[in-house]
Amino acid sequence: MPSYHLDHLQHLETEAIHILREVAGEFERPALLFSGGKDSICLLRLAEKAFRPSEFPLPLLNVDTGHHFPELNDFRDRRAAELGARLIVRTVEDAIARGIAQPAPGEISRNRLQIPTLLAAIEEFRFDCCIGGARRDEEKARAKERFFSFRDAFGQWDPKNQRPEIWNLYNARLNPGENMRVFPLSNWTELDVWEYIRRERLEVPSIYFSHERRCVRRGGQWLPVNNLVPPRPAEEVRDLVVRVRTIGDIISTGCVESRASTVDDIIAEIAAARVTERGSRADDRASEAAMEDRKKAGYF
Amino acid sequence: MYTEEHLAPVATPPPPVDILRFNTCGSVDDGKSTLIGRLLYDSKSLMEDQIEALERSADLTGGGGINLANLTDGLRAEREQGITIDVAYRYFATPRRKFIIADTPGHVQYTRNMVTGASTANLSIVLVDARAGVIEQSRRHTAIAALLRIPHLVVAVNKMDLVGWSEERFREIRAQFEEFLPRLGIQDVTFIPMSALNGDNVVEASAHTPWYRGPTLLGHLETVHVASDWNLAGLRLPVQWVNRPNRPRDTALHDFRGYSGQIAGGVLRRGQEVVALPSGLISRVKEIWTYDGAVEEAFCPQSVTVVLEHDVDLGRGGMVIGREQPPGVGCDLTARVCWMHPRALQPGRKFLLKHTTQTVPVVVPELLNRLDLETLEPAAAPASLAMNDIGEIRLRTAQPLFFDAYARNRLTGSFILIEPGTHATVAAGLLDEPREFVRPEGAEYVI
Repeated sequence: MPSYHLDHLQHLETEAIHILREVAGEFERPALLFSGGKDSICLLRLAEKAFRPSEFPLPLLNVDTGHHFPELNDFRDRRAAELGARLIVRTVEDAIARGIAQPAPGEISRNRLQIPTLLAAIEEFRFDCCIGGARRDEEKARAKERFFSFRDAFGQWDPKNQRPEIWNLYNARLNPGENMRVFPLSNWTELDVWEYIRRERLEVPSIYFSHERRCVRRGGQWLPVNNLVPPRPAEEVRDLVVRVRTIGDIISTGCVESRASTVDDIIAEIAAARVTERGSRADDRASEAAMEDRKKAGYF
Repeated sequence: MYTEEHLAPVATPPPPVDILRFNTCGSVDDGKSTLIGRLLYDSKSLMEDQIEALERSADLTGGGGINLANLTDGLRAEREQGITIDVAYRYFATPRRKFIIADTPGHVQYTRNMVTGASTANLSIVLVDARAGVIEQSRRHTAIAALLRIPHLVVAVNKMDLVGWSEERFREIRAQFEEFLPRLGIQDVTFIPMSALNGDNVVEASAHTPWYRGPTLLGHLETVHVASDWNLAGLRLPVQWVNRPNRPRDTALHDFRGYSGQIAGGVLRRGQEVVALPSGLISRVKEIWTYDGAVEEAFCPQSVTVVLEHDVDLGRGGMVIGREQPPGVGCDLTARVCWMHPRALQPGRKFLLKHTTQTVPVVVPELLNRLDLETLEPAAAPASLAMNDIGEIRLRTAQPLFFDAYARNRLTGSFILIEPGTHATVAAGLLDEPREFVRPEGAEYVI
């Protein structure tokens, strides 16, 4: 008598594949947001499992802030080419030049400016659905997110007026101009993602593993020193052995001191971790409701 | 760029860990959020920055102390009003299990959120304030858990510290529940006396309840036997997407035509005789294709791509079934629905009905009854069903549905109603027993 048992990763996998295929079945012009980060790497493998041996029925889309880690963009481009997927990149730089995004005086962070850039790309290609790698365990506002997250014609998320999501029946109906964000990894945790990377033997960008890097102490974090983050006078600068746990922009991603050089090391490190993944992201620490406000405005 | 050397050889795979999904329900101030906060805090699932964030917000609402409810009441509106306005999902793990919590609010107008959170749960926790005992909300929440056929129920009798840890009070509340539980048909019910605020019997056993010999809440969650929710009896594969590679020069894939979907019931085997619905054409499973290689068999709820021996007319919304245990079929259906929209349901209204992977126009010719959640008895035919009402209705679909009773299969027995125009999800529906069944005798089965 065979035991018809799925372990937790297999459960999460079949749920995510089901969601990806619902997107392919229900939407006219979907896209998959691919940054090269660990979560979207898992999404790509799930897309292979959902759609092979066919080609992906949707292009990959990335909003390039111009402040990405160069290692990440290299990885993004190479991975898309290996998979034979169509990759669309739209840059914040270009959005600023075209007046779509306006930086505030003195605003260095590109975080806020990703929003109009993404919304412009959605309009340009008339995407009706964008698949993202967000997880509910990342942040409190994310915890209230649906798998199929409805956005109005302005790209806004209204947490008080979400469609109830019952069983595995997803309401994908839209009126013209409206948009859906779909998050197949909603039920995954950071540990699940790394366990899946291990099980599937997925390649990830090198900056997730420990390496030497010059860092500057700022706001209680170690930020990577580069031409966008020059050390200010009297700031502490050190050469450290670090890795990144979550990848945002190079100006706001804190490095954590780590000797983790394999996927197994990372899994052991996370299992013993005492701070959350987004604890190293300055953009979330701005205020208690930072993520909620960005999501309402159309953030990923 | 890193390559293979970063992948240490994979050691012996860890033993399978399963998932328990549960939801929590109670009235405002029963202490749900505090209970979840306590579970996370005492099982050491909280991180330092989360505790820091709690401490930062403590002065706003907690009167100086850490307010465990702030862990789950994530949105600003909730913190300001001190209530939970939507379903929030939380995750934690112990070495024995991974847990997915759907924190569903108890406020009366948010029943739709409870149905949402409970629809995928293996277990429901109904919180009761020991001072108040069973109130209308307790009955409503228990009835919804029973309606959705959640296999396990925990009644958490909270705030026991405020009734002096009285065993007599605990027994009274238990007796109040046992008055109406038999009518609901819930098999497995566990009562636990606790104080979520102080942590008694949540993760650690309490010194205040020497008269209670049962498990702590976490102990119960870790060990409750999650009998498979999945139906392995009759094959159901609703087709989500037709997989046809566009590679005219690749001879291996030139003729590939796969039907992709998640198995909603039963076991699929290579060589098995199957019926394609709605055409009724019979074929045989040639290959069960997965990214990780072809497999001999696959089961619910796995996602697969099936290749059949014959060219049958089959697309999204169709279904592959076995020759045994055929599903029901019909356009005239009865179902219980939970109404979820401020615009009440009146007879004669038309909607879109989404069932498995199929969406069809539907009209509601008649409302049959409304469930009185106070007495738990069906009341006579109502003029309308308002938001949060549960009632039985008749439905007539534009195309026949292939379905099972919800009691037999949660996936092929459930549907949602979508309002045309606004596209709001207005109802969750549970189908009653079919009157007619598919008769796969060649191509000429009769509806």
